[in-house]
Amino acid sequence: MDFMSFVPYLIVMAGVTYLIRVIPFVLINKKIENRFINSFLYYIPYTVLSAMTFPAILYATGSMISAAAGLLTAIFIAYKGKGLLVVAIGACLAVFIVEVLMMAVA
Amino acid sequence: MDFTKGIKDGIPIALGYFSVSIAFGLMAVEAGCTWIEAMLISLTNLTSAGQFAGVTVLAHMGTYIEMALTQLVINSRYALMGISLSQKVNDRFKGIWRVILGFAITDEIFAVAIGQEGQLSRRYFAGLAIIPIIGWTSGTIVGAVLGNIMPEIITSALGVALYGMFIAVVVPKARENKHVLAVVAIAVTISVIIRYVPVFSGISAGFAIIICAVVASAAGAVFFPVKEEEQ
Repeated sequence: MDFMSFVPYLIVMAGVTYLIRVIPFVLINKKIENRFINSFLYYIPYTVLSAMTFPAILYATGSMISAAAGLLTAIFIAYKGKGLLVVAIGACLAVFIVEVLMMAVA
Repeated sequence: MDFTKGIKDGIPIALGYFSVSIAFGLMAVEAGCTWIEAMLISLTNLTSAGQFAGVTVLAHMGTYIEMALTQLVINSRYALMGISLSQKVNDRFKGIWRVILGFAITDEIFAVAIGQEGQLSRRYFAGLAIIPIIGWTSGTIVGAVLGNIMPEIITSALGVALYGMFIAVVVPKARENKHVLAVVAIAVTISVIIRYVPVFSGISAGFAIIICAVVASAAGAVFFPVKEEEQ
């Protein structure tokens, strides 16, 4: 892509993303006492991440079967209490193995 | 001390980012970006879903408005995380420090930071952010430069790396806290409904995430309000 036409897009993209992060973080200096708001914010990361993951993960690989294998493996490893990296690698490996098996069968 | 601990906690995030951003670099080049452009996007945005969506706008040379709206919708969760984080930081983490370090609010960095015992110092947060920024940017370069020589089966496997990281944040918490589990179940149910019920097919992926998160979190706040000491 031509660099000169790329730059304005980059500025818009990065600028909007930065302002979304920083404006609320900078402006809110007092502790929020409202129990509803605090509870709402407490649940936000978990609801965001789970909504982003499912069902989108099923379409993230070459086939839905390998994707499902990746999903189940990730849940299992995470349930066992392993960290971020182990879970991510385990999921990738599961997808890889299932896809190799599927190629062997086909 | 705090800084070193932050660095240490950031390493697993960085390794996850590295593998996920290879997939991004690959996609950016397919969409017509040079490797330098792909790298600049990662360095200045530091976000997964927003960048993937942004590159699709770039690919068809959409309007600047479309680009801004896409980012606003997909990344608005960071505003909620910023508010949440503002309740967790100590008194010295303010002003210019928030202006600088606020850049590094991502799903994973936020999740690790908010999971810490007690208040959050700027040193810890800075340490936590630095290695993931490097990992995200360098993985993008690797994907953009080496992507076309990687076999398809590898790039396919890398496709779940990002979701693996999300699962690693959600599952342990849902296991120890039944309320989180219930709220996650609500979010996933709504997400499935929006995806498969034809009436909702006009809702974009970014907007769908917001609906799921807001409805499920509000339900959680009504039915399972969190006690002060849990936060």
